[in-house]
Amino acid sequence: MVLRLEGVKKSFRNNDELIPVLQGVSFELEASDTLALRGESGSGKSTLLHIAGALEAADAGRVWVSGKELTQLNDGERAQLRRTDIALIFQQFNLIPSLTVAANIAFQSALSGTPDLVHIKHIVSALGLEEQMQKYPEALSGGQQQRVAIARAIAAKPKLLLADEPTGNLDEITAQSVLDQMLKLVAQTGTALMIVTHSTNIAARMKRQLSLRNGLLE
Amino acid sequence: MIAWCLKALLSHWWRNPVQLFAYLAGLALATALWSGVQAINSEARASYDAAAKTLGEGQYDLLISKQGNRIPQDVYVLLRKSGWLVSPVIEARIDDVRLLGIDVVTSATALPNLANGQSAITYDTLFANEETALKVSMLANVTVDKSIAPGIAIGDIGLVQRILKRDDLTRLILLPNQPIKQPSLGMVAPNLRIQSAHAVANVTELTGSFHLNLTAFGLLSFVVGLFIVNSTIGLAFEQRRGMIRTVRSLGVPMRTLIALITFEMMTLAVIGAGLGIILGYFIAAFLLPDVAATLRGLYGAQISGTLELRASWWVSGMVLALIGTAVALSSRIWQIVQMPLLASAKPRAWVVATASRFRWQLIIAITLLFSTVPLAMTLEGLLAGFILLGCLLIGAALALPPLLGGLLTLVQKYTVAPVWEWFWADTRQQLPGLSLALIALLLAVSANIGVSTMVSSFRQTFIAFLDQRLAPELFVEVDTAEQSAALEMFLMNRQIEVLPLLSTQVVIADLPVDLYGIRVGQTYRNNWNFLDNTLNAWDVIERGKAVVVNEQFARRADLWVGSLVQVSRDLILPIAGVVGDYGNPKGQIIITERIFKDLYPNLYASNFGVRTKDAAQLRSQIVNTLGIKNNAIINQVGIKALSLEVFERTFVVTSALNVLTLGVAGFAILMSLLTLADLRVPQLAPVWALGLTRRRLAWLELLRAVLLAGIVFVCAIPMGLALAWILLTIINVEAFGWQLPMYLFPLKYVELGGYALIAAFLAAMWPAVRLMRTPPSTLLRVFASER
Repeated sequence: MVLRLEGVKKSFRNNDELIPVLQGVSFELEASDTLALRGESGSGKSTLLHIAGALEAADAGRVWVSGKELTQLNDGERAQLRRTDIALIFQQFNLIPSLTVAANIAFQSALSGTPDLVHIKHIVSALGLEEQMQKYPEALSGGQQQRVAIARAIAAKPKLLLADEPTGNLDEITAQSVLDQMLKLVAQTGTALMIVTHSTNIAARMKRQLSLRNGLLE
Repeated sequence: MIAWCLKALLSHWWRNPVQLFAYLAGLALATALWSGVQAINSEARASYDAAAKTLGEGQYDLLISKQGNRIPQDVYVLLRKSGWLVSPVIEARIDDVRLLGIDVVTSATALPNLANGQSAITYDTLFANEETALKVSMLANVTVDKSIAPGIAIGDIGLVQRILKRDDLTRLILLPNQPIKQPSLGMVAPNLRIQSAHAVANVTELTGSFHLNLTAFGLLSFVVGLFIVNSTIGLAFEQRRGMIRTVRSLGVPMRTLIALITFEMMTLAVIGAGLGIILGYFIAAFLLPDVAATLRGLYGAQISGTLELRASWWVSGMVLALIGTAVALSSRIWQIVQMPLLASAKPRAWVVATASRFRWQLIIAITLLFSTVPLAMTLEGLLAGFILLGCLLIGAALALPPLLGGLLTLVQKYTVAPVWEWFWADTRQQLPGLSLALIALLLAVSANIGVSTMVSSFRQTFIAFLDQRLAPELFVEVDTAEQSAALEMFLMNRQIEVLPLLSTQVVIADLPVDLYGIRVGQTYRNNWNFLDNTLNAWDVIERGKAVVVNEQFARRADLWVGSLVQVSRDLILPIAGVVGDYGNPKGQIIITERIFKDLYPNLYASNFGVRTKDAAQLRSQIVNTLGIKNNAIINQVGIKALSLEVFERTFVVTSALNVLTLGVAGFAILMSLLTLADLRVPQLAPVWALGLTRRRLAWLELLRAVLLAGIVFVCAIPMGLALAWILLTIINVEAFGWQLPMYLFPLKYVELGGYALIAAFLAAMWPAVRLMRTPPSTLLRVFASER
C-alpha cells in the first residue's frame, strides 16, 4: 500500500467561525494505481492532496505513506519522506527560476540521494525536453514548464505522485499531451498517482475516480 | 542534499548579479569607511602610546625653567651634587622631527622602554623609526627601531647637544624615590620649578574629540551602507520566496534551509566585508597624511605617516559588518520560519508597505524628535551630545517615509492630468522600496549641511578672531633678558607702541593654564572682543584689580565674569572679561604686566607685539641694531596665513568624509533603483500598453528620482541646521572647550542641494536607460495568460 487515509478530518478557522473541509475521509492507493479526485471548488481536494503529501497535518484521522504513519513523524522525518517517496506537481509550475532546466529536473532526485542519470535521460527524451536543458524556466512556454515539473517529479522515482490541477494552466492540446506523457511514465515506473482535477476528460483516463462533496467522499 | 540546496540558493545570485553586487558593495562600503576611520584612529593611538613610552610623558614630574625652555648644565650638576635625583633631557625640533637627547645612565629608571628594550643607546647613534630615520640620517648614524614613536629621533644627550650646537638642557626628569633629606629646590635652582606629571596635557585626551568625530563619520557611513545591505537582503528574500517554498515542498527541512541561507549570506558578508577592509585600508592610507597634518597642526601630536594592518581595526570592521548583516538577516529568517509551507510563491507586495508600519514609524519618530528638547535642556557631556544627535538622526530618518507618503498623497489628490496622477500614485507605491535609500540620502545631506555649517561658522569666527588678535604688525621673540630689555628700550625710544607679553605655566583651580602679563593699551581696548565682561573691564584690569580669562578656562573651571580666581597664594582677583580663544586647547589667564612682574620678578618678556606702519623697515632695523635673528620676527600676514593653513588642514578630512558619505548615499539610491527595476515591470507594462513610450517612462523615472531627492534635500535643511546647532553648542563645547556662534550659508546649501540632485540623477540614469531599452516582449510577458 502506497497511500492509506483513515478518517481524515481537517477544518480551517475563518475569524471566529470553524469551517470543516474534510469530515472523515478514508481511501487507499496501491502502486501503479491512478486516482482522480474531483469535486467543486472549495470541496477540500487540494487540502486532501496536501495532507497526503505530508505538507499539511490532519486534525484527526491517520495517514500512511509507504507504510509510515505521518502523524508519528516529526518535521524532519516528513521532509525526508517528501524527498524520497513523494513527488508533487502543482498548477503553478514551481520551478526554481535561477536554475537551468537540467538542474531543475535533477534537483529532487539529487536531494533524495538517488540520482539515476539513465532514468533522467529517458524521461527528458520522453517529454521532448532535450533542446531545452540549458535554458532557464523563464525562456520556456507554460506547457514546457509543466513538462519540466513532471520530469523533476518522476526523475526522483517517487512511490507516490500527487498532482494538483497539473494542466489547469495549459490549453486543451498541450494539456492532453502533458497528461499522456505523465501517465506513460507513471505506468513505466509503477508509481501511484493521485490527481486533483475539475476536468471530466482527465478523470476519465484514471483507473479510479473519487468525488469529494461537503468534506466526504461520494 | 546540502550541495544541491546551496547550488539552488547561490544560483539566485548568479542570475541576479546586480543584486549580488549591491549586497557585496553595500557591505564593502559600510565596512570600508568604518574600518578606514578605525585604521586611522588605531594608528594614531599606537603613535601616542609609542610617544608616551618613548618619552615617559605624563609619567614623571619634571623640572622646567621658569623662563623660556633652557636650563644651564651647571644647574643639573648642582642638583645632582645636592642629592636631587634628576635626569637631563635636551629637546629641539629640526623641521618636523622632534630630536631628543637623554642621559642613558640616569634615565634608566625614567625611560625603561629604551633602557630595557632592544635599543641599547650608544653614544654616537640616533634611534628612530624607519620613516623618521630617513629625515635625520644626515645628522648622525641612525639605527632603525620600530618601537620609537613617529617623528621622534632619540640619542645620547652628548650627541644631540653636538648636533644642536648647544650645551644646555631643556628639562630635567624628576626620578621617583627621591632621598628624604635634600635642600629645597628654591635654594639649589631658584630659576626652576616642578611641573607635575598630571599637569602636562595628555595628547590622547586632547585628540580624543577629534578621533571621536572621525568615528562618528565612520559610523554614519556604516549605517548608510547597512541600509543598502538590508534593502538587498529584503529583496533577495522576497524574490526567493517561490524557491524556498519549492525547496521545502521537495523535502528540505526548515532547519537545514535556514542553516544554509545563514551560511550563504554570512559567507557573502565575509567576502563583502573583506573587500571593504581592503578598501578601508586604501581610504585610510589616502587620508592619513591629512589627518597627520591636522593632528600636528592642532595638537602638536605626531602620528605615523604609514599605515599598519592592525588587528584592532580590521577585526572590528569585520565583526561589525557581520553583526549588521546578522541583524538584517534575522528578521528575514524569522519571516521564513513564520511562512507557511504552502504560502503564496508570488513575491509579497514588497514595495507596498502597510499603512500600520508607517504609522508606527511616525509615532516612534515623533517620540524621538520631541525627546530631543528635554534631552538638550537636561543632559550634559559629550556622550549626551551624541545621544541627542542619535535621537535627531534616527527620528528624522523614521519620519521621512511617512511624511513623503503623506505629501505624495496630497499632491496626487490635487492633480488632474491622468499621467501625472498615475506618476504620483506610482511614486507613492515605490516609496517603501526606496525609503531606505532616501533615508540614507537624508542622513548624508543633513550631515553635510550640519558639518559644513559648523566648519564655515568656525572659519568665519576664526578669521574675525585672527583679525582681532593679530592687530600688531610684527611679532618678535627674544632669547635672553638682555635682548628683551634692549628691544623694549629701542622701540620706546622711537615712540613705537610695544606690547610685551610675559608668560609662564601655572596650575590654577587645579587646571594647567598659561598665565600672561600684558600691557593694557589702545590695541587691546580696540581689538579684543569679550564674550562677556564687566563695565570698563580694561580699566579694572589695567589697575591690576581683575583678570581676563579665555573661554576654555572659564568652562573647565566653571568660573565666569564676577567669579574670583586665585592667581597666586596671596592674590585673588575677580574675572572682568571672558575672551574667545578659538583653536587653543589650553586655558589662559591674563593679568596686567605690573602684577605679573610682582609675582614673577625673575621672568622677562620673551615675546613682543609691535605696532608700526612700516613693518619691513623696522624689521631690518631690529635685526641690524639688536642682533635679533630675522626668523625670530614674524609679520602679521605670515602668522595669519600659517593659522589659516592649520585651520584648512584641520577640516580636509571632514570634507573628504563628507564627499564619501554623499557618494555612498548616491550609491544606495542606484542600488535600490536597480534592484527594484525587475519588480517595476508589471507596474510599467500596463502604462506602456496604454500609450506611454518607453522613452517617456524612462524620463519620468529620472524625474521621480530627482524630485524625491529634491524633497529629501528640503527636509534635510532643518535637520542639518539642527545638527549644526548641536555640534556647535553641545559637542564642540564638550570636545574643545569653546562655543562658536552659528552662521547660515544659504549659497553653500544650494550648492549641496545641487550635488544631491546630481547624485540622484546619476543614480537613476542606469535604471532609466535599462527601462528605455527593455524589449516590448519583456513588457508583453506581463500580459501573457499562459505564464
